[in-house]
Formats: sequence, C-alpha cells, structure tokens
Amino acid sequence: MLTVLSSAVENGLIYALVALALYLSYTTLNIADMTTDGSFTLGCAAAAVVCLAGHPVLALPAAMTAGAAAGGVTALLQTKLGVPSILAGIITNFGLYSVNLTIMGGANVNLFKAPTVFKLAKSTGFEGYKLLVLVPVVLVVAVLLVLFLGTRLGLSLRATGDNPDMIRASSINPAFTITVGLCLANALTALAGALVVQYGSSGDMSLGVGMVVMGLASLIIGQAVFGRGSVARDVAAVLGGSLLYRLIFALALECSVPAAYMKLLTALIVVLAISAPTIRKNMLLQRRKRAAQKGVG
Amino acid sequence: MLCLDHVSKTFSPGTVNERKVLCDLSLQLEKGEFVTVVGSNGAGKSTLFNAIAGAFIPDEGRVLLDGQDITFLPEHRRSRQIGRLFQDPMRGTAPNMTIQENLALAYLRATKSTRAWFSRPSKPDKSMFRDRLAMLDMGLEDRMNQPVGLLSGGQRQALTLLMATLTPPKLLLLDEHTAALDPATAEKVLELTRKSVAEHQITTLMITHNLSSALTLGSRTLMMDGGRIALDVAGEERAGLTVDGLLDRFCHDTGRALDDDRVLLSRQTV
Repeated sequence: MLTVLSSAVENGLIYALVALALYLSYTTLNIADMTTDGSFTLGCAAAAVVCLAGHPVLALPAAMTAGAAAGGVTALLQTKLGVPSILAGIITNFGLYSVNLTIMGGANVNLFKAPTVFKLAKSTGFEGYKLLVLVPVVLVVAVLLVLFLGTRLGLSLRATGDNPDMIRASSINPAFTITVGLCLANALTALAGALVVQYGSSGDMSLGVGMVVMGLASLIIGQAVFGRGSVARDVAAVLGGSLLYRLIFALALECSVPAAYMKLLTALIVVLAISAPTIRKNMLLQRRKRAAQKGVG
Repeated sequence: MLCLDHVSKTFSPGTVNERKVLCDLSLQLEKGEFVTVVGSNGAGKSTLFNAIAGAFIPDEGRVLLDGQDITFLPEHRRSRQIGRLFQDPMRGTAPNMTIQENLALAYLRATKSTRAWFSRPSKPDKSMFRDRLAMLDMGLEDRMNQPVGLLSGGQRQALTLLMATLTPPKLLLLDEHTAALDPATAEKVLELTRKSVAEHQITTLMITHNLSSALTLGSRTLMMDGGRIALDVAGEERAGLTVDGLLDRFCHDTGRALDDDRVLLSRQTV
C-alpha cells in the first residue's frame, strides 16, 4: 500500500507540471492547446537522447527547450498564419510524431544503462530519493510561475486571456503574449516528459497520448476541490488537484478497476466538471418552467 | 499635437455594401485641447477614433501624433501614447484580475521601457495606486485585492479612466464613455474625466450624444456628418452657442436637420 501511495505522489508531482502548463494555456490564456500530447513525448525523446549521451541533468533544460520550440510553432501558426487555435495545436501535434520518432530513433527507448537524475539521487543513499528530485523541481517551477504571473509580462499574458476587447485597445501585442504563454506551457509539459522517461528508465511513442485530457482532469479537480482565487492559490490548487487525481487513479487500480478503463473514467471526470455549470443552469430553468406551468394549471 | 491629413476610408469597396465612412477628413488638434464630438449615428465619429487609434489603416491620407507619422503603426504600438475608453464599461478592464493587478498592468506598461518585461509594482507604486483610487471617492482603495469583475459598471469605468490616465497619455479618446451608466454615475465619471484631463493637460477627444455637455465641456466642438466634419466651433463663437443654435447651424451647413433620436431626446433632459 505504501509503495502504491508513494508512486501516486511521485506521479502526481511529475504530472503536476502538465497541469501547470494547462493552467497557463487553458485557464490563463483561454486556449485549448492540443500540442500538449506531442510536446510531452518530445520531452521524453529529447531527454532520453541527452541521457544516453551521459548528461541526465542537462536533459531537463534540453527537453524544455524542445518543448518551447514546439509551443512556438503552434503560436506561430495561430498568430501569424491565421490557423484556428485548436487546429494549430492538432497540426503541430501531428507533425511532432515524425520529429519524436526521429529523435527517439525508434518507437521506444530505454535508459537501463544510461544515467538518470533519479539514479544520481539514489547514490545519496536517501530512502525517498525520488522525491529528492521531484519536490524541488516542482516547487521551483510553481514558485517561479507565481512570481512570473505578477510581472508586467505575466500580467499582460493574463489580461490577453481575460479580456480580448481590452487587449485590442491597450499596448499589449496578443501575438507576443500568446507566443510566450504557449512556449512556456509546452516547456513545462516537455519537462514532465523528461522526468517521466528518466523515472521509468524507458519511454515510447504513446506516452503522451491523452496527456491534454489528463492534465485538464488534474486542473479541474484542483479548482473544484481547492477553489480559485489569487494566482498563488490557483497554482497550489493545481498541484493539489494533480496529487488527488493520481491518488484516485491509484485507488481505482487497487480496487482492481482494469487499467484500460482509466481513460474513460478520466474523460467522464473532465466532461462532468466542464459541463457542470451548464447542467446546473438547465436544471434551474426546468424547475422554474415546471413551477410556472403548475401555477397556470 | 494630433494631425489628420486628408484621411479617407471606404469599407467593403467594390461590393454592394460599399460605404465611404471617412471622406477626405482633415483635423488639427493643439496640445491640451479638449474637443467634444457630436453627430448622428453613422456620421463617422467612432470610425474617426478607430482611424486615430489604429484599428484600421486609412486608404488615403496620413495620421500624425506629436510630429510622428503613425499612419502605419499597429494599434498596440500606438496605445502607448493613446488612451481610449469605450461605451461598454466591461471593455477596459480584466474581470478576473484584481484592481491592483489591473492598475499595475496599466502603470508598468506605460512607464517602464519596452524591455522591462519582468518589472513588478514596487511598494511606493502600490501606495500611489491606493492614493489615486481614493481620489475616485468610491471606496475602491480598500478593495484593491478584489477581482474587477465584482465592481459595478460605473466603478469599472472610473477604474478604466484611472488606468488610462495613470501615466498621462499624449491623447485621450473617449467614445461615449458615460452613455451606459445611470445619470448620477455618469455625472460622477464625467466630473472625474474633467478633473483628470485638466490636471494633466491631456489632449482629449470626446464623443457624446448630450449636446449640452458637448457645448459646456472642453474648448471646442466638432459636429460630424457623412464621414466629414460638418461644423467646427471654438472660442467666443462656441461660448455664445446654445443647443438650439447648434442644431440650427448644423441644419444650415448640411442642408438638413439632425436626425438622431438619442441626440434629440437628450435635448429635453437639458
């Protein structure tokens, strides 16, 4: 049980980076960024190659750079070339498949003989060595993100998603803020990919599949359970949501729900959470309608 | 300060919907001038503002601001020097960001160099925000950490005005910015506008449907018709003009009466 719990926490921390990426693109910029799946795998592939070359720490910034480049392509498509925002992500994601396959040099890759950040941490002899890597990384990212969203650029980015009308009449160039936002978001997603491939010492082309939905599930669970407020609170809620989602995931597996059903379960959670306000509104309307009809009859 | 030199614009040229919205329009504004703009619907008032703010690029003519040719400068680059308020109070502020964050955004963008992307509001900046909010006399200084979405329309418009003038722009464009507010709030926002513009000597263009405030506010009045400036009065001539006199002049100069319900209705409230 303890191993299940600790692996849930570790996974929760890694995938919290994806949830934070979606907090940037989906919640802050109001863009559903379909690049996420591809840039996660891109992060895996880039990090694996750098690890195999013997530089597990360097693998993290390398993966982030690759992810930022992927986000930059999606941003370019939608801000400069007139491709609708969702389609831009889907197209980049599609193209990335070839890129990832080329970088990985095959459909899968293993790091059994290569150094990883986790193997480095293990040599310290500390029992929770995996957390020794993950907690600082995730905390630094979270704190930097909160600080960034309070700067001029960060505030501009938030305003871009919050009120497009305001942006049009202000000195903010939405093409620029969207580009910065998508680059950052995909860098974080790729960082998660880089940690996943080192965590499991193996990776394959399907690792990123459905990542955008899983990230959204964490994000939405976090917002539903811990509420929304200031940026700091939002980011904390996202971290909490990611941990909670992985715990639910682990619990379901413990209760011998087949692993294959988890994607359907995740899809249901996301649909329920996103549609809840609309469903509630319709139910209230129906109730009023019935009450009014009763009054007439 | 602002100079429009023979500016023309046609929307949907070559189609059945072709519409000449600005016809060879020239306008010169001196520094510190407060000019009111009136005219019926479709006269080209907002289009004139769009041309100045850069929402579109004119087919012909040039736009100069403070001696700089800004004809082809994109909208977001012009906004560093031009503040703009719209009729809809929701358009000028970000609802999910706090009052302080909205002010910080406006302030940092206007004051720091374009490279200072990671600048943050300092302690003195924040206390300056508080002082300026207190001057609005709406109690907003005690709600700085609340999201702007919780404010009323009047409060949001007053905040937008404060954001636009926090660092005085070279030019302020007010597009019926009090028309969507209730009369008492509208009066208050108008008073704040008057104070702020006078304090910083901001060159201002204000569209209004209220003919009496068009004549009492500011120092010069333009009346637009069919994409042209039909009437341009200032000084003593303007001082001696009544609302009826203005309508007569319009009728005399354009050969027809002003046909705008809102303008005519607003006359009766005067």
